[in-house]
Amino acid sequence: MINLQDLEAAIRTAIPVSHLEIEDQSSGCGENYSIILVSEAFEGKNTLARHRFVNDLLKIQIAQMHAFSQKTFTPKQYQEFLAKKA
Amino acid sequence: MFRASLRSPLISLRPSAATSLTASRVIAARFLTQQARTQIQNAIKSSPVVLFMKGTPDYPECGFSRATVQILDLHGVPADKMKTYNVLVDDELRQGIKEFSEWPTIPQLYVNGDFIGGCDIVLGMHQSGELQSLLVNNEVIPKPEEQVEAQAA
Repeated sequence: MINLQDLEAAIRTAIPVSHLEIEDQSSGCGENYSIILVSEAFEGKNTLARHRFVNDLLKIQIAQMHAFSQKTFTPKQYQEFLAKKA
Repeated sequence: MFRASLRSPLISLRPSAATSLTASRVIAARFLTQQARTQIQNAIKSSPVVLFMKGTPDYPECGFSRATVQILDLHGVPADKMKTYNVLVDDELRQGIKEFSEWPTIPQLYVNGDFIGGCDIVLGMHQSGELQSLLVNNEVIPKPEEQVEAQAA
């Protein structure tokens, strides 16, 4: 099982993070996570490239989960996302 | 429920189709075999839209696979242009497709041989309108009517 702290640490050590939400959707078994990750490292990368990047970053962790879902934004896109939601 | 196989990147070798199950389990290689690779290459080209999923479109066995099927259905992808492979009935495919696509999760969508992404990406593309353009550009679905008229004028 993967705990939330490990996941967060793995992400934060690898890329500059301007916002990170990790949601454990597994009801406690630690096998199902959903993340929102905002980083300037995503600038100029399309969604597929970003997801591949995160998948690679969390390769070991994802291999131990049942489900993993991600949303990736650049800081600018995240502002737009928040504006739209509001 | 379906998690155990995620932990092992092993691909069982199948020297011939006739090999017994036991033998194929004993002989295992760390990397995708040429044969498995070829089979997957043929599979992704077997139809304009190819979805590797858990379960079938009628009986999806995972929420992510279900969502992806529903999105494709929403766009009216015709049955004769879409083929799905149930990875739960073929463990070699289940592991092999992850390595082939370098993508750790199922479902996985291919359009005309190109890897598009998993559920998150397909959903995102659906919401942004990119999925529709992709399907139109790949001649999977017809152009929306107003566009056809605009072009004819």
